[in-house]
Amino acid sequence: MASNEDIELLKDGERLDGRSFDELRDINIEAGILKRADGSAYIEWGKNKVMAAVYGPREMHPRHAQETTKAVVRARYNMAAFSVPDRKRPGPDRRSIEISKLVSEALEKVVFTEKYPRSVIDVFIEVLQASAGTRCAGLTVASVALADAGIPMSDMVAGCASGKIEDQVVLDLGKNEDNYGQADVPIGYIPRTEELCLLQMDGNLTIEEYEKAMELSIDACEEIYELQRGALKEKYSTDLDEDEIEELKEGVE
Amino acid sequence: MKEILSNITKDYLYRLLKEGKRIDGRDLIEYRDLEIESDWATSAEGSARVRLGDTDVIVGVKMEVGEPFPDTPDKGVLTTAAELIPMASPEYESGPPGEDATELARVVDRGIRESGAVDTKELCIEEGEKAWVIFIDIHVLDFDGNLFDAAGIGAMTALLDADVPASDFDDAEEDEDYLLPIEHIVVPTTFTKIKDQIILDSQLEEEKIADARLTVSFNEEDEIVAMQKGLRGVFKYEETMDCVQKAKDIGREMREKVLDEVDRENI
Repeated sequence: MASNEDIELLKDGERLDGRSFDELRDINIEAGILKRADGSAYIEWGKNKVMAAVYGPREMHPRHAQETTKAVVRARYNMAAFSVPDRKRPGPDRRSIEISKLVSEALEKVVFTEKYPRSVIDVFIEVLQASAGTRCAGLTVASVALADAGIPMSDMVAGCASGKIEDQVVLDLGKNEDNYGQADVPIGYIPRTEELCLLQMDGNLTIEEYEKAMELSIDACEEIYELQRGALKEKYSTDLDEDEIEELKEGVE
Repeated sequence: MKEILSNITKDYLYRLLKEGKRIDGRDLIEYRDLEIESDWATSAEGSARVRLGDTDVIVGVKMEVGEPFPDTPDKGVLTTAAELIPMASPEYESGPPGEDATELARVVDRGIRESGAVDTKELCIEEGEKAWVIFIDIHVLDFDGNLFDAAGIGAMTALLDADVPASDFDDAEEDEDYLLPIEHIVVPTTFTKIKDQIILDSQLEEEKIADARLTVSFNEEDEIVAMQKGLRGVFKYEETMDCVQKAKDIGREMREKVLDEVDRENI
């Protein structure tokens, strides 16, 4: 991480955006926003705007990439040219190839891939506006899109990062905190089984700081998980109250 | 082409691991023999050949005078690339780097560049105009597992071995070559999880049945400077803590081996 002592990230011991050390930026998730995709979702996370679309399960092309006993989850993380201050050249760069690989692996863990041999489940993550933490936002929103597509899954993955700024361990680094901070630890977390399916770290941390960062992130992932569930409930729950639902059920019988 | 491991070998490996044993007789947390040979390619400004068991990797460092990045006008440039050439494994194909090579290069890069191992400020010649550009190229010759550690140790050694070739460049504004300024010595330690067992320095057959991989890089101040989880499996948080603790001690040993080879003052 490019730490730079000239840039102030804390003022009177507080973060510049006014958040406490264990506070997330505002997060809003919406499920089912695209017509053509089999599943989709949109997340606003601070100033990040990230969309995910799921296609499949469908036949895997190229065929040599097929797996005979299971489906392949193929995520593509892509940043729009206009999503960052200096225009990003379109197409995959090394960073996005790496993130795509890690997100594919993380998501594959929760999908019951054995139900769809020889097929592929494509997950397209488009970062439309980037402001630190896009891989976590992408992973989070992709999970919702997979659920929206009706893909059988054991759980959703929630993503979040913690880091270190001016020797303080804080949750969910903002843009400047990410650029000029001392460390960044993004994780992907499976709440039901309490497992980590994505874990990266750069910068420098003592072992105690690592412990602290993980504690913050895991707690935050539980919180984000509720937002993911909320987005799905919002889309799929009806306006009917329980009595009306009971009545309809009886009608079916 | 993907190689397939026979079921009988798989079962054998699983059964061994269950008893806390490994196919080559090592303990679960034990490295293979590590051989580091610095200054292997004299055409490079710095180089190292690392043999970790039968895994064989050469890392070369080249430098030239170029332009600093606009967002870091007062710093030199460091870039890492990896090639998994078809010579090293029947699974590798020619062509541009795929995702495995990209991940390898980026994990090594993160350990070295973002940890501040090289003092890139010293590599600026004229702010915003001229700076040293350092290319770290990882060439895998023989793939028998755990490329991350072999390449990471090789890259660190090659950098410690490197001279800045100032006398070859009129632009460098110095007449004599000097040692590349190194601030930290960083080495990666990679663990592999197979079912519920966590092992160190996996060899090829073990990697073929690996569920998850975790690389932890430490510097000489016992700070974690980079981490990367790979593959489709997962780790519990407690397992990562265990790996971190172990990597701290193993990292110390590995740094000593690197320093023994390069004959440079401790940093």
